[in-house]
Amino acid sequence: MVLSNHLHHIQRFVLALAITGVVAAPAAAELEIGGSSALEIRVFPNKTSYAGQRRATLSPSIVLEPEFIYVIGQGDDTLTLTPFMRLDSHDERRSHYDIREMTWVHLADNWDTTIGIGKIFWGVTESRHLVDIINQTDTVEGADGEDKLGQPLFNLNIITDWGTVGGYVLPGFRERTFADDDARLRGPKPIQADDATYDSSAGNKHVDLALRWSHTFGDVDIGLSQFYGTSREPGMKSVTRFDGVAVFQPHYDIINQSALELQLTSGPWLWKLESIVRRGHGKDFMASVAGFEYTFYQIAESPMDIGVLAEYLYDGRDSSAPVTLADDDIFMGARLVFNDVEDSSILAGVVVDKNSRETSMSFEAERRLSDQLKIQAELRWFARVPDNGSFSGIKNDDFLMIRLARFF
Amino acid sequence: MKTTPVLKTLVSTLVVIAFSSHLANAASPEEKGLEIAQQIDLRDQGFGDSRTKLEMHLTNRHGETSIRKMRLATLENSDPTVGDKSLTVFIFPRDIKGTAFLSFTKILDPDDQWLYLPALKRVKRISSANKSGPFVGSEFAYEDLVSFEVGKYDYKWLRDEACGELQCFVVERFPKYENSGYTRQTVWIDKAEYRIQKVDFYDRKDSLLKTLVQSNYEQYLAQYWRPLKMVMVNHQTGKSTELVFSSYEFQVGVKDNDFTPNRLKLIR
Repeated sequence: MVLSNHLHHIQRFVLALAITGVVAAPAAAELEIGGSSALEIRVFPNKTSYAGQRRATLSPSIVLEPEFIYVIGQGDDTLTLTPFMRLDSHDERRSHYDIREMTWVHLADNWDTTIGIGKIFWGVTESRHLVDIINQTDTVEGADGEDKLGQPLFNLNIITDWGTVGGYVLPGFRERTFADDDARLRGPKPIQADDATYDSSAGNKHVDLALRWSHTFGDVDIGLSQFYGTSREPGMKSVTRFDGVAVFQPHYDIINQSALELQLTSGPWLWKLESIVRRGHGKDFMASVAGFEYTFYQIAESPMDIGVLAEYLYDGRDSSAPVTLADDDIFMGARLVFNDVEDSSILAGVVVDKNSRETSMSFEAERRLSDQLKIQAELRWFARVPDNGSFSGIKNDDFLMIRLARFF
Repeated sequence: MKTTPVLKTLVSTLVVIAFSSHLANAASPEEKGLEIAQQIDLRDQGFGDSRTKLEMHLTNRHGETSIRKMRLATLENSDPTVGDKSLTVFIFPRDIKGTAFLSFTKILDPDDQWLYLPALKRVKRISSANKSGPFVGSEFAYEDLVSFEVGKYDYKWLRDEACGELQCFVVERFPKYENSGYTRQTVWIDKAEYRIQKVDFYDRKDSLLKTLVQSNYEQYLAQYWRPLKMVMVNHQTGKSTELVFSSYEFQVGVKDNDFTPNRLKLIR
């Protein structure tokens, strides 16, 4: 999204804020200012893979994400503004800003609506967020695909006795972010991130639509959704840049995706399933993530819990669709929750490709240091990467990230 | 559910009177214990919904204290076979601000619980098998904080005795639901208003684990008593947790639909 477009949104938002403020003045209304800032250091111990790539052994960056919340009356109307900015010392494309959220939320008895720029999460599994599709992934932010760009949206949910039905109109598409040509985690070829092509003649102006029904039946939580619009995953066309360098050019297809989310919660067991059928990339395909999480509570009479996670990842797509890392893989993980005053926790996971045995591992830990400070660490590394493997482009980009965040 | 509060109050008052006279005739200690528990429940019926803010002061054995702040909304379920619904939204410390916890209390079945994580905008259905686990690192277990439902326990009246300036029933209760961390609890209930004054919790080895003292009771709508202070002391670790409630608001029109997993992500 271009800067002027953003500014325009902000102007309208401030105007809406002013108007609502005047109208709501007699009612209780308060502006809460919060958010966080963070200092982050990534350590890349290995040599680089490509000529011209910066080594960036120690790569610091800073993040600022303030949050302005204006609650009107008893909370039936809320205005939220969450800008986001990162300055990275090595990756010019990772230095970026975004409007993570700029919404007006209205809650009525049997319906609610969200208008603006927002973030919507769908799904139940841990190793892959297959069904989650409303927001574009902010790839430069994190390796787990959980960082998202703000999506312009109009959402209406109707709450009935037989579940919640949500309709989504999504005007304006956000292109995926990619690491810079000379940066770590960039992949086998430079990506022409600003030069994407589209299936739709409307390009990034295509208005996408989605519908989701969700409900709880006793121990079972279920979600069914349909999405029609621009795929959040780009395909990569190999092209030659003006200077003769072979590069990837992202291409976004129009897709139709039907999806199912299912969770059965039974004692210490959580059984999870996500499944999609997608058409529009070429050949239609189906993909699934299925697995469980089992928690051992209060280990050895301590307050600590250990959760054991296992998921199988299947993806039936062929080369006519964007490349996936999870075609036939097994994920295993462990979650340690210390249940202490500092909310300390550790999550460790490994994903192994069943055929090539290509492996990626992750380790995440966090702990509160004070009422304002929190420390987080993340370690990601790759093993047994074949030459044509999913991670061959980034196999030397194992890294340790340490983040010190201050909340205000 | 659709009965007017006034009518409900009247009905419960009549039932309270009827039961009070019956209580003297109770035969066995078990029957007497059960009737006292039913009294507590009856006197709280018809509150509809309530809202409050609370501070949690967690103190370790060295006397160091950390603070949590949260908002709590409760919706009464008039169906006696299921419990109340509650919604907790964290305000402080800031790194967990906006985290929300939704719980549908059951009698003997596991509760339904969802957690909303604001950073991911993700609502997770979570296991409620962890009844005896600590709630946000405090000395309160999940099972200590869910709404009181008569059917969760077996009862046994032990004796009557003075409790501070009041006269109390002393009743033992034995959890009937699965995964409790307790073999039994000894509860002191004042005879005047049937308010729980003190609870001793005995762990799975039947040793005294914790003591809860509830005080600063306030009465709302001329019927419903709420303690504005709850102090839980863990005798085995030396840690303690104090809950300090702001004044409650009752029948503020909290809606059933506010207590749905899908709404968790929209509630501030």
